[in-house]
Amino acid sequence: MNKSWYISIFPKIGINEPLMQDIKTNLNDFGIEAEIFTIQNYMIHGALNEEQVAEICRNLLIDHVSHQYLINENNFTFPNWKQAYTITIRYKQGVMDATGLSVKQMIQSIGLKVYEVKSGTSILLKTDIEKDKLAKAIKNFLVNDLIEDFSITEEKPKKTHTTLIPLSDIDSDALMQLSKDHMLSLNVEEMKKIQHHYQKIGREPYDVELETIAQTWSEHCIHKTFSGTILYQGKEIQSLLKSFIMKATQQIEADWCISVFTDNAGIIKFDDRYGLAVKVETHNHPTALDPYGGAGTGSGGVFRDVMGVGAKPILSTDNLFFGSLDISLDKLPRGVMHPKRLLKGSVSGIRDYGNKMGIPTANGSIGFHKDYLGNPLVYAGCVGILPLKKYVRNHQTGDLVVLVGGKTGRDGIHGVTFASGTLTYESEVIASSAVQIGNPLEQKRVLDALLKARDHEAEPLYSAITDCGGGGLSSAIGEMGKDLGVEVNLEKVPLKYDELLPWEIWISESQERMLLAVPPKNIEKMKEIFELDNSDLSVIGQFTDSKTLVLTYYDEIVCNLSMEFLHKGIPKVHRNATEYPCIEKTINLEDIESYNKDLRLILAHPMVASKAWIIRQYDHEVQANTITKPLQGEMFDAHGDSCVIKPLTDSWQGFVTSNGFNPSYSRNPRKMALSSIDEAIRNNICSGGRRFAILDNFSWGNPEDGKNLGALVEACQACYEAAIAFKTPFISGKDSLYNDFKSDDGEIITIPHTLLITSVGIVPDIRKSITTDFMSEESHIYLVGETYQELGGSVFYDIRNIQDGEIPDVDLAKAKLIFDKMIQAIDQDLILSCHDCSDGGLAVTIAEMCFGGNLGVTIDLNKIITSLDKDYKILFSESNSRFVVEVKDCKAFETWMDGVPIHNIGKITGDKIIINGLVNKNIINERISDLKEIWKKTFDW
Amino acid sequence: MVTSLVLRVDGTNCEQETVSALKLAGSKVDLVHINELIRRMVSLEDYQALIIPGGFSFGDHIAAGKIIANYMKLKLKKDISNFIDANKPILGICNGFQALLKSGFLDIDATLLANNTGLFIDNWINLKKEADSIFTNGIQTLFIPINHGEGRFFADDIILRKLEEEQRIIFKYIDNPNGSSEDIAGIINETGNVMGLMPHPEKFVNYYTHPYWTRLPQETREKEGEGLAIFKNLVKACEKL
Repeated sequence: MNKSWYISIFPKIGINEPLMQDIKTNLNDFGIEAEIFTIQNYMIHGALNEEQVAEICRNLLIDHVSHQYLINENNFTFPNWKQAYTITIRYKQGVMDATGLSVKQMIQSIGLKVYEVKSGTSILLKTDIEKDKLAKAIKNFLVNDLIEDFSITEEKPKKTHTTLIPLSDIDSDALMQLSKDHMLSLNVEEMKKIQHHYQKIGREPYDVELETIAQTWSEHCIHKTFSGTILYQGKEIQSLLKSFIMKATQQIEADWCISVFTDNAGIIKFDDRYGLAVKVETHNHPTALDPYGGAGTGSGGVFRDVMGVGAKPILSTDNLFFGSLDISLDKLPRGVMHPKRLLKGSVSGIRDYGNKMGIPTANGSIGFHKDYLGNPLVYAGCVGILPLKKYVRNHQTGDLVVLVGGKTGRDGIHGVTFASGTLTYESEVIASSAVQIGNPLEQKRVLDALLKARDHEAEPLYSAITDCGGGGLSSAIGEMGKDLGVEVNLEKVPLKYDELLPWEIWISESQERMLLAVPPKNIEKMKEIFELDNSDLSVIGQFTDSKTLVLTYYDEIVCNLSMEFLHKGIPKVHRNATEYPCIEKTINLEDIESYNKDLRLILAHPMVASKAWIIRQYDHEVQANTITKPLQGEMFDAHGDSCVIKPLTDSWQGFVTSNGFNPSYSRNPRKMALSSIDEAIRNNICSGGRRFAILDNFSWGNPEDGKNLGALVEACQACYEAAIAFKTPFISGKDSLYNDFKSDDGEIITIPHTLLITSVGIVPDIRKSITTDFMSEESHIYLVGETYQELGGSVFYDIRNIQDGEIPDVDLAKAKLIFDKMIQAIDQDLILSCHDCSDGGLAVTIAEMCFGGNLGVTIDLNKIITSLDKDYKILFSESNSRFVVEVKDCKAFETWMDGVPIHNIGKITGDKIIINGLVNKNIINERISDLKEIWKKTFDW
Repeated sequence: MVTSLVLRVDGTNCEQETVSALKLAGSKVDLVHINELIRRMVSLEDYQALIIPGGFSFGDHIAAGKIIANYMKLKLKKDISNFIDANKPILGICNGFQALLKSGFLDIDATLLANNTGLFIDNWINLKKEADSIFTNGIQTLFIPINHGEGRFFADDIILRKLEEEQRIIFKYIDNPNGSSEDIAGIINETGNVMGLMPHPEKFVNYYTHPYWTRLPQETREKEGEGLAIFKNLVKACEKL
């Protein structure tokens, strides 16, 4: 007889459960004192008797050394703890419950009959707080009601089928209402174009068709703004992408670029045998709603992008941007999570996805700005490696459409159309289905099987491969079938949840799915490989030669769309850009006698402070290829520039991935973009990179606002110029353009325009890599490059609360010369250690190098040839194209660097940082150990 | 030539570096999915050593190593017991240690719990050898990384005393990173041929993965990494069989 059983598992007395402490701390943050007891519970539905359930508990679930269990029939009670409240948290129906699934499989494998297992957590609280306040705290800090219920009520499934949506004779207002009601994010011209198309073919569209068009035409998938026409300063720009970004790549004509801007990831040559596949994605809106799931699936998604060209992921990167950490809870706008919660959640999400899949997260950073409050940014990146010969894309009529990996559920429906609109205080209610839940285990299974299918014979067993990302099957199949035609039987898609409607199956963004084209002769071998690795494989359709997209659901046609209309029908966007007002008022301060206090504040600033708390949670060693680490130096606790990865066992060649971003410079979008490229490349050089490829990732405010668009044009123009000057082709990119938050009182917060540049450089021999830590006493310290009065957007101005000032610029010709000379100086072993000058300026760079070496310095600012007349400007300016280097043989170094501005500023000595100013002595005089303690404290959570 | 079986399951993720380390130590290596053993497509008997590498087997659902341990004791108990009875070495690293402990093949009532920091930790640590074993010839200390979220060795006092008396604590942490009882980082079974080790020797087989190799002299950089000794000892033990 079928019954429901509730199993509770809890620690024995005296076993310390970190989860309890964590919940307690989170509630304390909310001002709630409570005694807490946590219970892991499973609701098991099956034909089981009590004895069998007890056997499951004893043998499969508990760790008898540390835990005990309790079984209740049909209900949950827990007798030994007199709590005031019991909160039971469970995933919502249709949402991925990975643990539940594993337990179910485990029980079935021992031959017992079980139909459903739901995992959950119960929290028993002893507290005298009133229920309303507690509920609010729970909602804010413990559960995410987008994905989790804290009751046992279940969502009632909808019972309808595919419908026609009449639109042939409705007016513009009604069309727009339709777009809004169905979350299509299509504008009026697009809706009219669709209307016109259906008028022409003489019928009304099916819901599936409308959804397919909305996915395909979304900003997220088709990059309307970047490919549209823009009128700016009286000139017409045909496409930002073609006129600037891709144009640079075309003009550079690098023969080592294998695939750029066409596939899931950009591919460059690593050596003659292997290629590197690189991709960086944004996952901003999902993270705003659910940081753990949003950021985690950001990583999961970008790993699939790299798997989607047949590569094995070997490096995970993350760059995160949040509002100010010190904002008080009562100042948070409605519908916004606290930046600290967003940060912790995002880090946990990225950690769990990367760690569990075994991909080292060895590169990244975090930025803060008050205007990221409503709209945090998550950039997830991945580098993969693939044998160049295994890169295929030659599917043909007759090949099977094969879906592998996870099952399809309601999670992530409307993700891309949601990402193509503005977030509001109501988003958390409206867009709950747009959040995805990750299951890295499922994706690791898919990866293992895919690599076997790739390497089984000389040719991969598949003829094409892509990931199911934004837009789900709709985008993946629509794109793969666009030159051929395709027919898909939607009922063959394996579901997590039976009640899904055809259009939901078609556009669901459930994670961990990949799409393959497989020649029929290989399908049996493919099935065998996937079956052995416990990964699902389903044949769901076939490529045709009809040039149409045909979808059926149990023999009923639910979509019949011409590929031509779907992929080329979208009306081209025309937009007007207006000039972006760049205000850079000059600020002049008086010098003070000591900058000890300022340096301490800067080192504790979240932009600069040690990120060890985050880095140590990321497994950055897995795969054992991480040559120089994110934390370097004698105590391996000082920041490196970027990590060197050596991906092959039989070669000393490696690569470096680095980042550049400067949102605090976005008052001048041109300089912001130049600075980001300069930073990404100089950072890469420090770690030994040469021959750079770069990726652009724009996160911007609403591009329908002329000023925002003007800023975007300026930034793209700068990208083109810098790429040409540095000879660094763009190989891939991404844009996320609706990063505005509308609060309930109508205020719109737009993020600072943010451009993340990711650079991948090749390291010819990793044994020659250098790091940022000072190596030995008596070495000389040089500043390479010129320092200008460029403190606008600097950390120094931030701690002084100054909003104005000049934004750092880049002299591209000079920068190129400095970079070339630096690369060769490192190659000739003239440099012992090296660090790029960025956030916080010269003083911070030197401090970090001292932290790594546990060595002090004496520096004299008079040794710097400059027109700057104040100590603070030299110490804290963030001028670009600068490096601090440690040198033993001054003569050789100076001879080599002839023609480049270099300044011998001091020596490594003692255990203090002593800096003498232009007039005053000892403007900084601090013990390294004291500064290091301050630097480490900010994120010591 | 010695042939080792590196066992993988869904979610294993240190298999490649473990295979590389074994090859470097002189073994032939087959990477085998547990389904291949369960379905008798591959026979454990044909191998001289069994290595269970790190990772998140089955996503660490329920608890770390729990599901793979269940499979090992429910589906492969006889094969593994015979392997141990034949005195062949088994090494479980990190998740493999969790699996060996929770499946009972380490002959001790102990477990590995969430780190007392509550967080996953990736860091390099120092180990000291506490007792001799076939895995530890020539090793006094080891400097290798830990990469785990559930590495806190836990047992009651009676069990700890028993382990101590039977000289089955093989490695201890010099600076305990996770709250392990008695600083325990690695233990061995009663017959001395099954070792569970929380840190990762396979991550340090050449000096260019050392956390500050750029500070070390050239001759040090050219040496083999400290972790390799474990695998060399394992291969040697197989050769004596």
